[in-house]
Amino acid sequence: MAFFEASEGPWPALLIGVPLLAAFTAIVTWRAARLLIWSGAAVVPVLSVVLLARVIHAGGLRLPIGGWAPPLGIAFAVDGLSAGFIVVTGLVMAGVLLFALPQFTASAPGAAESRAGYAFVPLVFLAWAALNALFLSGDLFNLYVALELLTLSAVALVAIDGRSGTIAAAIRYALFGLFGSLAYLLGAALLYAVHGTLDMALIAERATADGATVIAGALMTAGLAAKTALFPFHAWLPPAHSGAPAPASAILSGLVPKASFYIIVRIWFDVMPQAAGTIMPVLLGVLGSCAIIYGSVLAIRQEQLKLVIAYSTVAQLGYLFLIFPLAGGGGEPQPWAAGAWTGGIIHAFSHALAKAAMFLCAGLFMEALGHDRIAGLRGAAHHLPLTVFAFALAGVSLMGLPPSGGFTAKYLLLTASFAGGQIGWAIVIMVGGLLAALYLFRPLTYAFTRRGLEEREFARVPRPRQVIPLLLAGLSILLGIASAAPYDILQIGRPHAAVEGLE
Amino acid sequence: MSALLPLTILLSSLIPAVVTFFLSERNVYLRNGLSLGGAVVKLVLLAIMLSEVARGAIYELRFDLVPGLFLLLRVDDLSLLFVTLSGFLWLLTTIYAIAYFGKSAHLTRFFGFFSLCVAATTGIALSGTLITFFLFYELLTLSTWPLVVHKGDAKSLRAGRVYLAFTMPGAAALLVAIIWLESAVGPVEFRVAAPLHDLGDWSLRAIFALFILGIGVKSALVPLHGWLPAAMAAPAPVSALLHAVAVVKAGAFGIVRIVYDVFGIGLLQQLTLGLPLAILASITIIYGSIRALQQTDIKRRLAYSTVSQVSYIVLGTALAGPFATIGGLIHLVHQGLMKITLFFCAGIFAERAQITRIDELDGIGPRMPWTALCFSIGAMGMIGIPPIAGFVSKWYLGIGALQAGQHWVIGVLTVSSLLNALYFLPLLYRIWFRTPSDAAQAAAPREYPVALIAPPVLTAIAALATGLLAGSSLSPLSWATLIVERSYLP
Repeated sequence: MAFFEASEGPWPALLIGVPLLAAFTAIVTWRAARLLIWSGAAVVPVLSVVLLARVIHAGGLRLPIGGWAPPLGIAFAVDGLSAGFIVVTGLVMAGVLLFALPQFTASAPGAAESRAGYAFVPLVFLAWAALNALFLSGDLFNLYVALELLTLSAVALVAIDGRSGTIAAAIRYALFGLFGSLAYLLGAALLYAVHGTLDMALIAERATADGATVIAGALMTAGLAAKTALFPFHAWLPPAHSGAPAPASAILSGLVPKASFYIIVRIWFDVMPQAAGTIMPVLLGVLGSCAIIYGSVLAIRQEQLKLVIAYSTVAQLGYLFLIFPLAGGGGEPQPWAAGAWTGGIIHAFSHALAKAAMFLCAGLFMEALGHDRIAGLRGAAHHLPLTVFAFALAGVSLMGLPPSGGFTAKYLLLTASFAGGQIGWAIVIMVGGLLAALYLFRPLTYAFTRRGLEEREFARVPRPRQVIPLLLAGLSILLGIASAAPYDILQIGRPHAAVEGLE
Repeated sequence: MSALLPLTILLSSLIPAVVTFFLSERNVYLRNGLSLGGAVVKLVLLAIMLSEVARGAIYELRFDLVPGLFLLLRVDDLSLLFVTLSGFLWLLTTIYAIAYFGKSAHLTRFFGFFSLCVAATTGIALSGTLITFFLFYELLTLSTWPLVVHKGDAKSLRAGRVYLAFTMPGAAALLVAIIWLESAVGPVEFRVAAPLHDLGDWSLRAIFALFILGIGVKSALVPLHGWLPAAMAAPAPVSALLHAVAVVKAGAFGIVRIVYDVFGIGLLQQLTLGLPLAILASITIIYGSIRALQQTDIKRRLAYSTVSQVSYIVLGTALAGPFATIGGLIHLVHQGLMKITLFFCAGIFAERAQITRIDELDGIGPRMPWTALCFSIGAMGMIGIPPIAGFVSKWYLGIGALQAGQHWVIGVLTVSSLLNALYFLPLLYRIWFRTPSDAAQAAAPREYPVALIAPPVLTAIAALATGLLAGSSLSPLSWATLIVERSYLP
């Protein structure tokens, strides 16, 4: 990573500090939850955007904490990739918190006494702080700390309503997470033993394709893949994401797996591209492909909307791993085809926004109906038009139809695979898109069906709450229409390996 | 100004679409006003652009996404041919739809998606690159689906499923074709020669096949036509939209673009792809007519007739001589005018006299004279009886076939006309010359309101006029000739 050494003062630390402070305040007094949500949702995204503006202005930033440069001290490192993730996190978190406002704060009847009402707000802020810390981190141990904090708050969010089913799902999630952390930590320790530092930029200078480095990379990747629910480590995801309350699922599905994926990208593209070899990228690509096909097929077979969306996450996460074999697919005559890396990241952004929107829609359907059976959605297009519209917009992005962010991502990945002569990945991407259409049009078809007279009425859902998923889904479309901006941002500090390809 | 015009013309349908979605069901006047206002604005803009483009102007608007991916709206002579047709028919179909639906439910949704469809069609017409075309092509699929399932009953939901089962894989094939091509030669702009020769002959053939597979779904080429008869479950204004204003036309237009503006006639002949496409079109023409003959439901017969007639456009394109091209291009307009007349009338028969089957038409002519007359003009035009527009198309196609040395096409045209006569004349006979059954006699169907009857009358007059006045400088024929003279003659 080529970074400017810059003295930015303490304010990037606010991105971690403010949500952390909010989390602790919420633990101390639940009465402040409403105020905290409003101020947190207003302040942190603004801080994120300011950081992004700084990165656009100054290029990559490297911020030694307390003035001690690595290897003695530790440093934040911010480039387009991390700033982009921080902004997307900010948008999704703000949307989810505002959405959950009437559900999980003192104003809802009995909320203060229930575990969910008490714990939701602190946990979300904690996850937010962890995510920001993770994206800011410039060294492997900070990443580990942030990742642990994130996993813990995510597991707690799954178990938040205390039903036995969700607690079982949470325990399974925790076990996978624990395995992942151990493997990651082992890898990081091995790297420290060999290179004497955990700072990513320094390891990047020192690492070669020696055996220890490769083993360390493989260990860390395996651990992180388990946390990202990459096939075949995906078993924990569907019960956990479908069992949690909808706003929690939005965070769990939209943001949390992206964090561990982000570390995998950092490791292979920034820290040790020369150690990637030929097998590892292909292996990750194959597992990603399996995830796309397997996740989509299972999504088609679900009868409950939240399970469809959860299996869809398994499938959509698979696309991210195609960037390992596809990066650098361009070559001289078609330089723009080297966009697979950027395409994968844009896919992560667009999926975060669209999937959060989709889970929030599912939450609204559950509120209106009391359940989320797909067959029960009849008439939804009439009773909840805005929500159905938001669901469909998010679906457009997930199916990769233009002009959404999902389409731009798919275009970049497809172009890279054709230009690089790797047609197999293109076939997987196309088939995945068609399968997504199958599982997404099924609930939509029910929504457009006339509702029988004997069926229960829809309960009223206030309009402002319907607007939030619509905005998030709209953003995932906007990401495609205005994809020039995220593309340019992602080029700031883009690693060479993203252009040249892993080898 | 020249960059803003294409955008404005797109927005003239897009803004009504978006605003309509946020209106309440009770805001009838605002909703209708938006749709009609948009349509009128669009026609005014079209009139300006037609005169400017005739003088050689070209309007362009470029919008960059990521490197290698940009959108380009461009108004050229060919796009104007299509967008004028769809703009004109949009206005009439909106008037018709307002009268047709009266006070039924979910109209906000209907008109919103309806305008969105027209916006997508406008976008398809104005697309200057393959990717732009793909964007609007997909938008068209997505915005048509809610219209097909509008009634929400089992039949229309099935129609919606069939529609997606054909169009989604079609779109996938189209996207693969585009990216395969562009990953080798860079972004492809229409009318800008791309170095296609960088790809091998067989790759190019495969890409062309994928294009035809992808776009052929919308233009209902056999065997990709199955969705069109199924979609007859939708209400009459939707049929008008599918058959004349937007969907199948978008398919036919797309094939014209691919053949002339991406591959080019020279390369197509070098790869010997013109003849297979012409044969495919011919099979579709004959097969569609035979299937139409077997139908007992009026709308289904009309649907198969569309399958057959739209392939005239493809046939003219595939033959590729100047006359054949003109024949194909004017049929784009002529078929639209005649077929929308027929569907408007079929809708009126169904709504006002509860007639949906052919054997129920007996003696309806004298009792519903306006509708019956318009229906007859449309049907005779389809058969190719002069001086109605359909005759002009067939005449040019015939000459074009001779010019291209493909004499067998004359046989196809003859057989098809014969079949057209076989499946339309019995309808006309029943309408005018059979005596109605006693039950039908007792019912007294009325032709009201004017807004329901006026659109088919206007389109029927237009179908007559484009035939009678084909020689005038304002006719579709003159415009198609202009396109051919400018672009396709060496």
